[in-house]
This record gives sequence, C-alpha cells and structure tokens, in this order.
Amino acid sequence: MKYLSEYRDPELVEEFIREIKRITTKPWTLMEICGGQTHSLVKNGILDMLPAKITMVHGPGCPVCVTSVSVIDEAVYLAEQPNTILCSFGDMLRVPGSRKSLLEAKAQGADIRILYSPLEAVILAGQHPDKQVVFFAVGFETTAPANALSVVQAAQYHLDNYSILASHVLVPPAMEAILSDEANKIDAFLAAGHVCTIMGMEEYYPVAEKYKCPIVVTGFEPVDLLQGIFMAVQQLEKGEYKVENQYTRYVHREGNRIAQNTIHEVFETGDRIWRGLGNIPLSGYEVNDRYKKYNARLKFNIHIPIAKEDTECISGDIMKGLKKPMQCVNFGKKCKPEHPLGAPMVSSEGACAAYYHYASADSISIG
Amino acid sequence: MCLAIPGKIIAITAQLDETFRTGKVSFGGIHKEVNLCMVTDAQVGDYVLVHVGVAISKVDEEEAMKVFSYLKEMGEVAELEPSDQ
Repeated sequence: MKYLSEYRDPELVEEFIREIKRITTKPWTLMEICGGQTHSLVKNGILDMLPAKITMVHGPGCPVCVTSVSVIDEAVYLAEQPNTILCSFGDMLRVPGSRKSLLEAKAQGADIRILYSPLEAVILAGQHPDKQVVFFAVGFETTAPANALSVVQAAQYHLDNYSILASHVLVPPAMEAILSDEANKIDAFLAAGHVCTIMGMEEYYPVAEKYKCPIVVTGFEPVDLLQGIFMAVQQLEKGEYKVENQYTRYVHREGNRIAQNTIHEVFETGDRIWRGLGNIPLSGYEVNDRYKKYNARLKFNIHIPIAKEDTECISGDIMKGLKKPMQCVNFGKKCKPEHPLGAPMVSSEGACAAYYHYASADSISIG
Repeated sequence: MCLAIPGKIIAITAQLDETFRTGKVSFGGIHKEVNLCMVTDAQVGDYVLVHVGVAISKVDEEEAMKVFSYLKEMGEVAELEPSDQ
C-alpha cells in the first residue's frame, strides 16, 4: 500500500541501522511513547538490530493499558443498565475490571457492540430511539477529535439517547510524570506521531527545555522508527535537546487546528487516574458543561468506588521504563494474553503482549 | 489504538455542511466511508491518514519522499562540517 510499504524497505532499514551504529559512542536509553510504536519495534525485530549501547524502553502510550480499573467498572455498570447499548473499541473488552471485564458482561447478556468508529455509535443511536446508546470514549489526543465529533453530531441530530463515557488521556503530562520520577533514566523520547498529527509540536518545546531531553516526533513503520532513533541519538551525542519532527508527511508544527477546535468544543482538561501511574494532574479530557447531557457519568449518575489495582502486575514500572516485561516474575507464567494479570498483557500494543508474541528468545534472555 | 492508515479518496459522497463532509476512501482496494470534516482541503485523488473513521491529515507528498534521501543528505552535510581531527 502506498505510503506504508515504502517505509518497510529492508535495504533502507539496514542503512539506518549501520548509520545508528556508526554515530553511537555512549550508552543511551530512549523511550517510545506510543504502544503502536512498541508493537512495530518488537514485531519487526528492530530491538535485536540496534547497537547494544541503545536501550529502548516502552512508554505508557496504550490507552487500553492505562485506563484505570474504576473506569472499566463504570463501563461494565453502564453495559448492565436496562435498555442500554454500550459501544466500545474491541481492545477494551478483555481488560479486567474489579468485578468483571466487558467481555464477561457481554457473555452474561449485556448488549455490548464492538465498533470501529464513534460515528457509527451515533448512527446506532438514531436507529434505536427507544434505547440509550453509550460510547466508551477512550484514547489519547489522536482519538479525542473523533469522539468529540460524535457528540457534536449527536447534538446536531438532536439525539437525546446518545452519550459517551470519556476516559481520555494526554501525552505531555505523562511524559513529565515519567521525567520527574526520581528513578528516571530516559535520555530521549520518540513522541507519538499520530498524537502530534492532531496536537502539533508546541507542547513539547517546554518539556524538552525543562528536562534537557531530546524529543523526536516519530512515525510507526520500521524506517520511520529508525530515522527517529537516529535523530535522537545524533542529538544526544552532540549534547543537544531539541524537538524535531521525523513524521513530516503528516505532522505540522501547529497540528490540525480543526481537530483541536473540535476537542475544545466538547472537552475540558481535568485530572485523570492512570493504571500503573496513579493520578496525574490535568492529564485527561472530560465532557464540558456545555455538552453535559452527553456525559454518561452525569446522565446515569454513576458513583463507582475507586477500585484497587492488582498488586501482582508491575505495569507502572514497565510504563515508566524502569523494568522490562520479562523482569516480571509473572511474565509468560501466571500472566499470559489468555489470562492477563494486567492491561499491558491484554492489548496487542501493550509492551508485555508485544514481547510475549514477537520477542526473540535472545532479547528476552538479555532483558 | 492510535493506529491510523493512509488511503486514497476516490469519491466525495456527501457534503451537507462542514461537519458532514464524507468520502469513499480506498485502502489498497478496500473501500470505507470516511468523515472528511477535519481535512477541508483534501480532494478526490489525495491520500489522507484515517483514524477511527475520521481523516486527520492529508499526506504531504513532497515530505513523504524525504526519508529516502535523508541519510545521503546527512552525509553531504557532515562532509561540509569542519572535522574535529
């Protein structure tokens, strides 16, 4: 496919690997933010090709992994309400809640539909005026415009039976939470290309400056990732800490203004509890007052107690880059994709699941 | 979950107003209806990046080619820089 397969060219991959090896003189630790980048790095064997001096650690950019247990409990509660259809992206269904997962609720008779787009949920609401339709609106900044657009459309159609359970999370506050952790050992970030397609690069300049940390906005294909790594290592070797853009075919410095306006039309920024990382101030989007009748939390008057997280899962240390999946005693034993203890083993973009499915025996034993 | 895939716009299917511009987009031959309200300058024949049914960016075709000459250009720049040795 055009604009995909060219960026998987094996010869170009080898050229970038050679150049990265040539310029690397010191040990560096880089974190890729997005779970899609983690998946691509592990699946394509890039971790095994990089020079030993470069360590890639895998960030918190997988919405499935960071959505808190309490929010899963809220979604299960909504799904079990009479005359209610809960719509969700497919990957959220197997995430364990404190009582049950959405998949278990569905097996017990709850009307849960897996959809590709929140805009399909609006159509569903139009087709079922006698039922309440709720969309489980998770995701980073990339997904926020589509979820916001669904609310704008529902308002324009005067659909009173549509609402969203918003659990949006934001990248820059999470980066700051990781960088300000005492144990932090990250030298540079590969920022998430599709988040920046929406938000642009402006938010990252103060972060790079404050923590003297290079940030390279990077895409998802092997050549993209290797170019991003090359650019970050080049900065580190020169002692620079700039914000650079590898993903120029989609990302503009100012981002997509229409998408940002749609977000701000519907959402306001608030605190958010991240699974594994805890509460991070101003790190999420919630439906604003103007559109409060589309806020499922208010509409259904949900009061779910904050659930305890599973202490057997070390997802927080994994998403801060402090530990690799195979350093967890439960990895591949008590915790497998079929029986996940925590979310990073659920989603294919979770670091644990990516290592479980694709990592070579070598990279697992080296750790 | 931030997966987004490039596809080619093959038809504009509805344009009621700014919020309701939709198009048919081909992803290597598989066609899907996509909301185009966030890429107002995209036209039939353009490639757009699509995420959960919404186009979020138009491909910059010139920038898309730059990665293929990046290393060569880096080498040329390095040759112009004064050497430390």
